[in-house]
Amino acid sequence: MPKITYIENNGTLHKIEVSNGLTVMEGAVQNNIPGIDADCGGSCACATCHVYVDEKWFGKLEKKESTEEDMLDMAYEPNKFSRLSCQITVADELDGLVVKMPSKQG
Amino acid sequence: MIKTDVLVIGAGPAGLFAVHQLGIIGLKAEVVDNLDKIGGQCIELYPDKPIYDIPAIPECTGGSLTKNLLEQVKPFKTNFHLNERVQEISKEKNHWKILTSKNKTFIAPNIIIAGGVGSFEPRKFSIKEATQFENNGVYYSIKDKNYFKNKKICIFGGGDSALDWAIELSKFAEVILIHRRNEFRGAENSFKTVKKLEKEGKLKIKTPFQINSIEGQDKISAITIKTEDGKTEKITTDCILGFFGLIMKLGPIVEWGLNLDKKHIPVNTENFQTNKEGIFAIGDICTYPGKLKLILSGFHEAALAARTCFKIARPNEKYKFEFSTTSKKIQERLGLKKDK
Repeated sequence: MPKITYIENNGTLHKIEVSNGLTVMEGAVQNNIPGIDADCGGSCACATCHVYVDEKWFGKLEKKESTEEDMLDMAYEPNKFSRLSCQITVADELDGLVVKMPSKQG
Repeated sequence: MIKTDVLVIGAGPAGLFAVHQLGIIGLKAEVVDNLDKIGGQCIELYPDKPIYDIPAIPECTGGSLTKNLLEQVKPFKTNFHLNERVQEISKEKNHWKILTSKNKTFIAPNIIIAGGVGSFEPRKFSIKEATQFENNGVYYSIKDKNYFKNKKICIFGGGDSALDWAIELSKFAEVILIHRRNEFRGAENSFKTVKKLEKEGKLKIKTPFQINSIEGQDKISAITIKTEDGKTEKITTDCILGFFGLIMKLGPIVEWGLNLDKKHIPVNTENFQTNKEGIFAIGDICTYPGKLKLILSGFHEAALAARTCFKIARPNEKYKFEFSTTSKKIQERLGLKKDK
């Protein structure tokens, strides 16, 4: 099972096995990792599962759709490595993925 | 003080259909909503986006769905208390006493919370100085546009509010529109207008920039903005407007002694009652095993909650299940002509 590393804004690290097919957001929520709210439940309709993808990994992810980019306008302190974690689906190729959470979601 | 059978919190689709379901079984309802218009998320977040999963309506929009629901509840002449938030509730004998942000008091045996994901609040600038200047140079909404006459204004955001206000305010103020990326998500026509105004020298556009700092003592004198690569630019300005959409906060609901599961209210799926008798939760705000955050689920939840509201509001009457196709009582309540 791919291992995903979630890093809280205070530096706390969570290395979690997440099943293929789940989203990075679901991996966090199901394992009670703080820092990802996911208010809308994963339908790309809010910006509260915002993460910064590690620089090395960012380019390896599938490209954002325009709806995700639109929602990121509403995220808290977005930058060029910003993604909505509900739009990243876990697969073998993402084994080792590292994402960081912003200081807050709302 | 307003007495009613049911106080409905939230005027989104679930709240509106609750009014309908209460109305046809003969209960009066009053509706309170924090937003300035009826429709909830449908109107606030996606008035023009198509919806494809309302039963028997192949396609509609948030706007048209709201319009039709309002048409459907028209016979009940319900009062809507907009721009108003329920602050406190307390139990008094057999009813609830409800106090709003405008100091209105409601007395009702039942409360239906159809509050979506809570109340909407504008998402704010993340830099510290923005709090210091809030309502004194930093704004997230416009109450009186005349206030901005002949001022230097920086508008942040890429959606419709940012574009629309840039267009409007550029008629009588010096406007710079600033956005974090080159693409704007607002309506294409508005974007074209903004581009045209830029060409004519009537406003400026700066992308991809985000706010970096605010300068000033008692009032704002200037701001700096920066790109992702760290390039900064200083702009003298009188005020800044942020239009970053809305975030949802559960708000005072958390203080009412209801059981909460993360940001949701667990309910009994028989009648969508919470842990407090006479308080129900329907729509996106409620949770139970298998809950789907769909508008159609909110409709079902509203119908069931309404029936238990009847039992609580009319303890001495027997609730009788009736179809709207055949029930004379229901048809009377709907204001239809009586049979000859």
